[in-house]
Amino acid sequence: MATTSQAADVRPAPAGTPGPAPSGQRAPTPRHDGDVVGLGRARAVAFVAPAMVLVAVFLVFPAAWTLYLGLLDYSLTGSGAKAPTFVGLGNYTAALSDPAFAKSLYLTLLFVGGSAVLGQNVLGFFLAWYFRTASRVARTTLNVLVLLAWILPGSVVAFLWQALLDRRNGTLNALLGTTDMAWAIDHPMAVIIIFNIWRGTAFSMLLYTAALGTVPRSHLEVARMAGAGSWQQLRDVVLPTVKRHILTNTLLITLWTFNDFSPYLLTGGGPNNESEILPVYIYKEAIIGGHLGYGSAISLLLLIANLVIAVLYIRLLRTRDSEAA
Amino acid sequence: MTTVQAPSTRSAGAVLGLVAGRTAAYAGVCVLVVFFALPLLWLVLTPFSPTPSYRATLSGFTLDNFDNLLSNPQTWPSIRNSLYLATGSSVLVITLAALAAYALSRVRIPGRDQLLYALLLLSSIVTGTAAMVPIFLMLFQLGLIDRQVGVVLVLSGGLLPAAVFMLKDFVDSIPRSYEESARVFGASPSQILRHIVLPVIRPGMATVGVWALVQVWGNFLVPYVLLSNPSKQPAAVVMYTFYDAGGQPNFALISTFALVYSIPVVVLYLFVNRRYGFAFQGGIKG
Amino acid sequence: MASVTLTELAKQYPNGVRGVDGVDLEIGDGEFFALLGPSGCGKTTLLRTLAGLETATEGRIDIGDRDVTTVPPGERDVAMVFQDYALFPHMTVSDNVAYPLRIQKVGKDERSRRALETARGLSLGALMERRPAQLSGGQQQRVALARAIACHPQVFLFDEPLSNLDARLRLEARTFLKQLQRSLGVTTVFVTHDQAEALAMADRMAVMDSGRIRQVGTPREVFQRPANTFVANFIGATPMNLLDAQVVRGQLDFGGFTLPVPESATGVAEGDKVVYGVRPEYMGCAAGPVDGAVRGEVRAVENLGVNVLVTVDAGEQSLRAVVPEADEPDLGDTAYLSPAPGRVLLYRADGDGELISA
Repeated sequence: MATTSQAADVRPAPAGTPGPAPSGQRAPTPRHDGDVVGLGRARAVAFVAPAMVLVAVFLVFPAAWTLYLGLLDYSLTGSGAKAPTFVGLGNYTAALSDPAFAKSLYLTLLFVGGSAVLGQNVLGFFLAWYFRTASRVARTTLNVLVLLAWILPGSVVAFLWQALLDRRNGTLNALLGTTDMAWAIDHPMAVIIIFNIWRGTAFSMLLYTAALGTVPRSHLEVARMAGAGSWQQLRDVVLPTVKRHILTNTLLITLWTFNDFSPYLLTGGGPNNESEILPVYIYKEAIIGGHLGYGSAISLLLLIANLVIAVLYIRLLRTRDSEAA
Repeated sequence: MTTVQAPSTRSAGAVLGLVAGRTAAYAGVCVLVVFFALPLLWLVLTPFSPTPSYRATLSGFTLDNFDNLLSNPQTWPSIRNSLYLATGSSVLVITLAALAAYALSRVRIPGRDQLLYALLLLSSIVTGTAAMVPIFLMLFQLGLIDRQVGVVLVLSGGLLPAAVFMLKDFVDSIPRSYEESARVFGASPSQILRHIVLPVIRPGMATVGVWALVQVWGNFLVPYVLLSNPSKQPAAVVMYTFYDAGGQPNFALISTFALVYSIPVVVLYLFVNRRYGFAFQGGIKG
Repeated sequence: MASVTLTELAKQYPNGVRGVDGVDLEIGDGEFFALLGPSGCGKTTLLRTLAGLETATEGRIDIGDRDVTTVPPGERDVAMVFQDYALFPHMTVSDNVAYPLRIQKVGKDERSRRALETARGLSLGALMERRPAQLSGGQQQRVALARAIACHPQVFLFDEPLSNLDARLRLEARTFLKQLQRSLGVTTVFVTHDQAEALAMADRMAVMDSGRIRQVGTPREVFQRPANTFVANFIGATPMNLLDAQVVRGQLDFGGFTLPVPESATGVAEGDKVVYGVRPEYMGCAAGPVDGAVRGEVRAVENLGVNVLVTVDAGEQSLRAVVPEADEPDLGDTAYLSPAPGRVLLYRADGDGELISA
């Protein structure tokens, strides 16, 4: 389901359970030879090959090329255009000492932290929690609205928000009675954060709804009989059970939001680069400014940031699993 | 499940707290409804409004705006292009992903999980703007610029890692005993795949197919970069050009186009949700 | 015909674990044979190796007079019923039952007819157009059986066939399965962890532990003369009394009381450490003194229905006896326990805990 508009953002689903859980009580006897259906290595490779070829040509190769570009001073204009030279880590040192990059990184962290880690997560959880006891009308209404916000195409959503926030004629100003309030200009970060929360909460809501369904009723009832109130049940029974899903969800929405380009459509990264998160910064450097080498290097830095987060997540997940075993 | 209030003596303060809490909850929910509904209002009101503008108003009902849409030469071709790109990518993705997911799920290949994670991360670079130039250059070499097939291939490549990930998760949850049973009865791997596996993973394939379709339906950047002929552009790009053109946007056109452009996606989602549910969202078995 | 012979069969996994560790077994044609053992003992691995779903790393499997050790699973002429029945959810009962015939390239009408015939034999005739999800547990099991029967294999393999059924249904299904197998006359190997089930259904059985067979025999043999302490402990609704003792001056010293060495156990020497085995059902319990009985205090009394299980402490050991309800003692009473002569078994205390016999 589309979360952002421009890029064909990939929605990776979180990993399934990491293999058979070791029982620890008896020696684990593996029940499968690794190939119980008789597929055979040859056929298995043949099945995987077409997908891998497509991915190799249209994903891995351009990605590798991009990373390679990060090592050149390749530009669409200027000296780097005619004869790009190998500058090694030159782009990277430039980026790391560039205040614009540092600012963009800071803004991105703010964007991700505010809209994803806090906003979508908390709101999605709250909705899932609320739905369990909500009336049918309330639940259906909210469900439909939140989902619509998520699946509508990005171009449409971008325009809906432009219409909402328009200075002279926008719906928001009309409702609040404030005229001529340029939301996108005066509060760019707030706007894109709220926009992203609006746009992406649906995924968290869906995931947490499923996750809450896995909490055994018996646990909650034990807590209730011990006198725990609603909040305590949540804290002591529900959260430990769904901790794994919280991690998974947070990882996914963090990664997606990190790479989200759609705020560009609302604020253009401005005014004065005040909402220039990394994807927008890259766009401006690479496409508009033509500094492809530099832009590619920053793409790699962004990727590394994603990788760090992913590794952190896997670590945390492993400790959860070993705790639970 | 409903929480039953234990009948007990409650202090007035506790009751008040309860009422206040309840009211706050209702108020909060109302705020949320308004929050999510507000931007959407424009989409449902303006196409039918006699005075379409940035503001969403209930100033009457008319279908005249749709004349604007129907007479625009770009409308149907762009929708057709979107359909072509979306269904083409979707079909390609589910076919290749299903085969790959099945093989990866049933046959233990060392490093499989790491490979998938790596591909997932890589796919986030490729969909970033900086990779657009290498993609452009590469397709140029392959002679696929301004060809819709090129767009399908690029988009499919980007979607495959996640599709394989999701489908593999789904296939993992299917008991191996089905296939083992068929195998002991003498079925060949191809028969097992056709008779048993594919029918059983149909819900998963439908979900991934719809997901892919929706992704491509809304994708702007790739067709924008790779297609130069406006008659080949999908609705995502065409709509952007409607309102990007400096001056005053044509509200009648934009609103009706936006509505028509959005409807297929919504309908499709509802259809798949009703039929199969999204029980395996996020790796949690429903 | 279709006997099954396993010769030095072993299945070793890449990590070194031996799921099946040197098994020799001969199953006669038409026999209803049980593989019994606790979880993880290798019985299911053995069954799957028989089916061909796991490949043996050592040894040989013969079905009938054919060496099938390297033959792929679809060509061994066996049919397997899985614990979860593995009914294809998207096919009707008719298509499910006919599936093996479809693989054998039987024509559509022919196979529907044969499926119906087989299904009728199991009272499934009215359910042919239903989907598995619309059937009860018992019905699903019968469909799985019908499917296995329909392909007329030489051997049936059942993996825990009754464990997915309700307790009540399980008892009925036991009788049903036994009668079915008898009427079909097909060699059947079934796996179970429930010793009562194995004793009730099997013609012969093998008790397994850690990949090895600990005893093969008829239910009566295994029940009355377990070959070692493992089998002795595993078989029987009430656990057998297994008491540590040492041979002292020609008698068995239990550290608190003594009992004579049973006649059948010649070959014990002075000082040997042994394990004394006698079933609670074969242990007499009297309220008043009896010659040669063990005296102790009643510690627990458990109601078993018609009988009562009494636990008595004597010296440092606990002995159990099954007592008719009429003779039920009270807690704290003194009881005198006498093992029935000829029902006592002596085992080595070391090694494999083998039976000491003449």
